[in-house]
Amino acid sequence: MADENRLDVQVETQEQTIIVRPVGDIDLACSPTLRSELMRVQGERFVRIVVDLSAVPYMDSSGVATLVEAMQIALRNGTRLVLCGLQDRVRSIFEIARLDSVFTIAGSQEDALTV
Amino acid sequence: MSDSPHLRIELLSQPRYLAPARAMVAALSQRYGFSDCEGNQIALALDEALCNVINHGYERRSDGPIWISVWPIDDPPNGIKIRIEDNGRQVDLTTIRSRNLDDVRPGGLGVFIMKRIMDDVEYTHRPGGGMQLVLTKRKSHNTSCGEDPLAVDGREDPHG
Repeated sequence: MADENRLDVQVETQEQTIIVRPVGDIDLACSPTLRSELMRVQGERFVRIVVDLSAVPYMDSSGVATLVEAMQIALRNGTRLVLCGLQDRVRSIFEIARLDSVFTIAGSQEDALTV
Repeated sequence: MSDSPHLRIELLSQPRYLAPARAMVAALSQRYGFSDCEGNQIALALDEALCNVINHGYERRSDGPIWISVWPIDDPPNGIKIRIEDNGRQVDLTTIRSRNLDDVRPGGLGVFIMKRIMDDVEYTHRPGGGMQLVLTKRKSHNTSCGEDPLAVDGREDPHG
């Protein structure tokens, strides 16, 4: 039986940037998978981590908490963490939690690579 | 509104049931006259309530029962009432509050989000053990869908 709590997370490297692209809903069932992947890439000390959320139709506060933790670790490491491609439903939870001004949010992955 | 819920389901305290529960409540909300956006937000509020039960009520145990009951509110303004019950740990009601959002840290957003989306969020102890949460939302022109979601104040929060 497939592990229904897993999230597909695609990872791509472009020079000093690593792009993390989760695919699917991020809720309490799947956020541990994203957390593990973000923890892993934080250890590789890239200059920039781009989290491309364009393939994430839904996120709850467990997903938001995962990204807050990643942002705080990136800050300590001197790494820039940029979110991009937020769909409306995902953007709204950042706005509700008043975190849209805390994160660096770019419109597209291309924009995120220039931040 | 009748005392008997129009829909009642029982699920186990496992995160894999969050998505079907969200889909059910989003669809029902739309049947009760809410927009797609409002239905999705009500589903998010339910998701946060269920996460709190799984994380705090049952402390990530996977065999705890959770009951979700839903009623339409038919007297104007119409709306939806959702009751979430569990048999988990009873929490001191005075500790359930939103945290200060200026303190940026992981976690502790669930009750804030529920209160931001719903009109009423009422926790009580369930007779015989566990917690009961009633979420109520009525249709209104004042919705965060398409408007500035920061316009509403709410600064109490959860378990952290």
